Amino acid sequence: MSFSIIKPGLLDTIQDMGRTGYGNWGIPPGGVMDRYAAQVGNLLVGNIQQEAVMEIHFPGPQILFEQNTLIAITGADFSPTVNDQIIPRWQPVVVRKNTVLHFPSLVQGARCYISVHGGYCMDKWLESYSTNLKAGVGGWEGRPLKKGDELPYKENTIYFAGLLKEESDFEVLPWRVNTEKVYRLPHEIGFIPGHEWEELTPAAQNNFPGDNFLIHPSSDRMGYQLKGGPLLMDRPVELVSSAVSFGTVQMLPNGQLIVLMADHQTTGGYPRIAHVISAHLPKLAQLRPCDTIQFKPVDTIAAEALLKVRQKELHILQRACMDHLNELVC
Amino acid sequence: MRALAIRNWLVSSQFPGILDIMVAYSSVAVFYDPVEVRKETPCADGAFACMRQRLEMAWQETEGKMIGQPGGTGEAPEAEGNGAPIRISVCYEGACAPDLEALSREKGMTPDEVIHLHTSPVYRVYMIGFLPGFPYLGKLDERLQTPRKLRPVPVKAGGVGIAGNQTGIYPLNSPGGWQIIGRTPEKLFTPAAENPVRLKIGDLIVFVPITGEQFRELELKG
Repeated sequence: MSFSIIKPGLLDTIQDMGRTGYGNWGIPPGGVMDRYAAQVGNLLVGNIQQEAVMEIHFPGPQILFEQNTLIAITGADFSPTVNDQIIPRWQPVVVRKNTVLHFPSLVQGARCYISVHGGYCMDKWLESYSTNLKAGVGGWEGRPLKKGDELPYKENTIYFAGLLKEESDFEVLPWRVNTEKVYRLPHEIGFIPGHEWEELTPAAQNNFPGDNFLIHPSSDRMGYQLKGGPLLMDRPVELVSSAVSFGTVQMLPNGQLIVLMADHQTTGGYPRIAHVISAHLPKLAQLRPCDTIQFKPVDTIAAEALLKVRQKELHILQRACMDHLNELVC
Repeated sequence: MRALAIRNWLVSSQFPGILDIMVAYSSVAVFYDPVEVRKETPCADGAFACMRQRLEMAWQETEGKMIGQPGGTGEAPEAEGNGAPIRISVCYEGACAPDLEALSREKGMTPDEVIHLHTSPVYRVYMIGFLPGFPYLGKLDERLQTPRKLRPVPVKAGGVGIAGNQTGIYPLNSPGGWQIIGRTPEKLFTPAAENPVRLKIGDLIVFVPITGEQFRELELKG
């Protein structure tokens, strides 16, 4: 079982939920930028949440399916098509052997995920499928996908041919996910104060929430550089390096901000004025250069509650998807 | 290093929901899954309050335990920390040391004096960060202390740099802002190995100067 890359996209990599537990080796977690989209994609095709997915950016790749395959496209909307016919996102789709998946236009969002039933089949590095581009390891040969790559996935037990109507290139299965709550108010990003929050001047503490910050074009999987009214501290803060994480908002000496994203370094020496709450990282991951964001204070207990609700919904979705798939198989 | 003692105490306590514990110069950062933390330990005030309590416990329990320090009473986590220093061969010649001459001039020393000052101390690995396996070593002799470059330049894997009161080794080719005064042929990061990262927090290190010829030989041997 495999599919092949006819034409690679801007940056197509294999990722999972990240490589946790190796911070003391200087190895960052990495992993998908939008965990929610990746988890949902996996659940829709009957995988566990942590299964590897392909993360793509626009322009996306062209992919030839060498077998009938159950896939789900989640995250950004790059108007996915199979043999030039639009297929829905956030919904499982059986695609026929020898069809081509293609992403002709950018509608919305920054990162899109392709999940396959059974999951991609490759070796893990340090317990994770995530690609660490800096070290050139993990995922698919430690690099972005290129033309001619044949990505194997695990054998599956579902007889997909039976689901495909004659002559049709694909069949959309009749269940989908409502993602409205997760991506609602896309520019409003919740934060909790960071270690050096108190070092900001009262005016900066006052202005940071609600001010418009522009995502700079040089933003990438390592971090988003923000452009806004510079923030000030009461006195210069000299820090020795310490741990940072996905979502840490650092302040540079010129008063501008960087939000660290999935491929961040493990340690940093800039003041950490805030942390984006985990439940809002998927929204942030889908914003593009030149989008603006506003930070909104959230207390820790509310932030934890949001995450808990999200996980509960994923568990319910997992059970529902398994029930639907089992009905098809039996 | 009290930070190491705190990490070890947390690890041995096996609290549920902890994903990673990172030790740096003067800090311990605990990464946790709030949902998992609350599942096992009902906490009216939330997972953060619960973790905070545990860290306060860790702080009290490790009172006076300084791992890897003379007279320390903490248990050794990784024996290397208290063992003989690890010897790292470094070539301080030619292309291996692009910033050595300029630095020597600036400090009013000969390159040999700089090399002598760099190879004399036994360094400790205070933390690993920035790149996989990049050791932050201290303390550098005061006479060698120098600021970072204004902008990063390409550094080859094995590059030995200095900045502030620290010295370190680039395990990978990478942009870097430290002054590069030497290069080691030894591999600090081997992805396929069972332990991909050679040096650990608390390890002791000495630099041993080698010639350009020895460097090439060792590099060939891999």
